[in-house]
Amino acid sequence: MRTLSQGQIAVGTDLPELSIDLTPTMVISTALATMDFTPVHHDVAAARAQGSQDIFVNILTTMGLVERYVTDWTGPEVMITAINVKLGVPAYAGDRLVFTGTVTAESGGEYTVEVRGRVSLGDHAVGTVRFRPPGESA
Amino acid sequence: MTTVLTTPESVRELLAALAERQMAAGETPGAPAPDPVNLPMIRHWTAAMGDRNPVYTDEEFAARSVHGGIVAPPAMAQVWTMPGLGGERSPTPVDDVLAALDEHGFTGVVATNCEQTYHRYLRPGDRLVPATRMTGFAGPKRTALGEGYFVTWEVTWYASGEAVNSMVFRVLKFRPRERKSQPGIRKSYPLRPAVNRDTEFFWEGVRKGELRIQRCARCGELRHPPGPMCPRCRSADRTHVTASGVGTVYSYVVHHHPPVPGRETPFVVAVVELPEGVRIVGNVVDCRYEEVGIGMPVRVAYRRMDEDLILPMWVPRES
Repeated sequence: MRTLSQGQIAVGTDLPELSIDLTPTMVISTALATMDFTPVHHDVAAARAQGSQDIFVNILTTMGLVERYVTDWTGPEVMITAINVKLGVPAYAGDRLVFTGTVTAESGGEYTVEVRGRVSLGDHAVGTVRFRPPGESA
Repeated sequence: MTTVLTTPESVRELLAALAERQMAAGETPGAPAPDPVNLPMIRHWTAAMGDRNPVYTDEEFAARSVHGGIVAPPAMAQVWTMPGLGGERSPTPVDDVLAALDEHGFTGVVATNCEQTYHRYLRPGDRLVPATRMTGFAGPKRTALGEGYFVTWEVTWYASGEAVNSMVFRVLKFRPRERKSQPGIRKSYPLRPAVNRDTEFFWEGVRKGELRIQRCARCGELRHPPGPMCPRCRSADRTHVTASGVGTVYSYVVHHHPPVPGRETPFVVAVVELPEGVRIVGNVVDCRYEEVGIGMPVRVAYRRMDEDLILPMWVPRES
């Protein structure tokens, strides 16, 4: 499994789109794998009782999926240094989360990718992921 | 005994003063992670996320990689110190501020920002201890959800005293908008029909439980909505008939947005065709909007909207 090196990454490059079907299994298994047992992430009745249309993805999972989106593209051996996410509309079970991204900056061997995760209601998460390709010392 | 006045200004000052104190309190350590960083939890997490990066779970690949061994996904930072099912959340300086906001009606909460910085990758065996300090308090601000305050805090995770990860987290605590129509109190319905000399007979009929249709007094043509002159023979002489009160849905829309004063969305607005030969616009009620369809048999029903106003609406009927 290869990792992109510095010469293979250019500012302006678009990342391939990643589309994730938010099945109830996906929403629930990720919530529990992130140790988040808040009922709105696994109990439909509890989610509806508090005004949500369905169970929805928890924030720790949003962070995980944003990270995965970038490392799926870079390959395994980059060093992720920061993930900044502005949270938007909920990502409900039954919806689809589609990530798009663009490399927007490079500074001292550290790259910034702007990531946008959209669902049918609008932007679920918009933010940046920063990483260093292998061979670049911090 | 002094009287405490709670004006908006005093609430604002009280909250700001509390926030200042809590921000000055600095960093408060929380409970150490129940388990050290470990491969089983990493495996569950990567499987659920669909993350196939082998540096997290493949010992051989990881050993040959830049990491020299298994590392945890950076985005798992917060996972290690989550209280888990039935676990107790340890107190932080932010708690009192959130509680005070609740107490003053800012009961809604929505997270707005999550910013994580990873100083180094975590390895199995790392034992994390979180520490939280409150770093920001801004408001009151008008937002799409209602008036509210932004509260920001920063968590730093330590492994053997070394700061390994940190997270800035921001929430909006807002005052939820008033829910309309408390039971037992009938407010005045905000929308009024235009009643004039042409339409007066129609609204008088509604008050009596009659669905009245204007008829030309010369040629007998029925017309709706009512108007001053017959479109067929141009006579200004008019009278009316009382319709049977049944009809079928000729066309309809489901209104979701924008909000309409006095109404809960979604609602159905239909064009109902009467057997008498005219069409009339009205709401279809007493059924879910998904059940409404073209050709649906309906009958008129009179709904009291407030002390003065009754509106004709349409309810399902057996065909």
